[in-house]
Amino acid sequence: VTWPAILALAVGCYTFKAIGPFTQGRFVPSERTARLLGLFPAALFAALISIDVFGDGRALNIDERVAGIAAAGIAVWLKAPMVVVMIAGAATTALLRVLV
Amino acid sequence: VRKPSKVISDALILGASVGIIGVSFGVVAVAAGLSPLKAQAMSVLVFTGASQFAAVGIIASGGSPFAAVLSGLLLGARNAAYGLYLAPLMRGGAARRALQSHLVLDESTGLASIQPDDDTARRGFLAAGLSVFTFWNLGTLVGALAGSVIGDPLTLGLDVALPSAFLALLGPRLTKRDGRTVAMLGAVIATALIPLAPAGIPVVAASSAAVIGAFFIEPDRS
Repeated sequence: VTWPAILALAVGCYTFKAIGPFTQGRFVPSERTARLLGLFPAALFAALISIDVFGDGRALNIDERVAGIAAAGIAVWLKAPMVVVMIAGAATTALLRVLV
Repeated sequence: VRKPSKVISDALILGASVGIIGVSFGVVAVAAGLSPLKAQAMSVLVFTGASQFAAVGIIASGGSPFAAVLSGLLLGARNAAYGLYLAPLMRGGAARRALQSHLVLDESTGLASIQPDDDTARRGFLAAGLSVFTFWNLGTLVGALAGSVIGDPLTLGLDVALPSAFLALLGPRLTKRDGRTVAMLGAVIATALIPLAPAGIPVVAASSAAVIGAFFIEPDRS
């Protein structure tokens, strides 16, 4: 991430946070807009996961990462804390890379 | 009167657990090639976990800074809804509002929203915001420094630590039908575009799943 990108992201994210406090009720999003904002994370996280797990540059690849994300999925399903989920995913992947 | 101290201790617990996630942000940021200074700058200035993770993730998979910023912004957009919710609780002039705006987050909104009255809610927002800011940045510092001395991130499976974190963030959104459908759609769009589009674009394109969800999927009432 370059410095201009970090600053652009910082300014943009801050602007979103500050809209409410600085307009004080003069701007109210429609129900549909509010719902759209709420659905972005589901779409983007799912996309990021797919790319990190299946992507290999411009190629698609099924390898140890799939087993790792499955282990992480089980941890999520068991309501484990985020750090445990991350360790489950990373450790499973690492173990398979060493063993296979 | 024990209410204020309960809010403060809740805020500290929240902050500490976010701090641990901050450590993992520091580790994956450095593994993705960021300097510890850049990782720290993101945690101080951007200060929105999901956006920071997403931006770093796109860079790690070879995406352009433009795609990284765009995805980070799409994720940061939900803070606008929190700001609107919190605005009536804020006191003081423009300078104080400007500072308090930086503390508008999942956690500070969450803690404020479960308080019985406005006074306690205001304290909850400020306490959680400051606590999360402090711990998140301490965590980032520790993680970034630790990440610099860890060996090859690939042998450690660290490339899967990041999508695992995304899965943990995604999990609670899968309990609702529209969240599930949008997530599935987003995954399909992104995966299909990997061979077709430059890195970073598939994630941005997958945001269209949220648009489809908002317009064509009935919200469920559960």
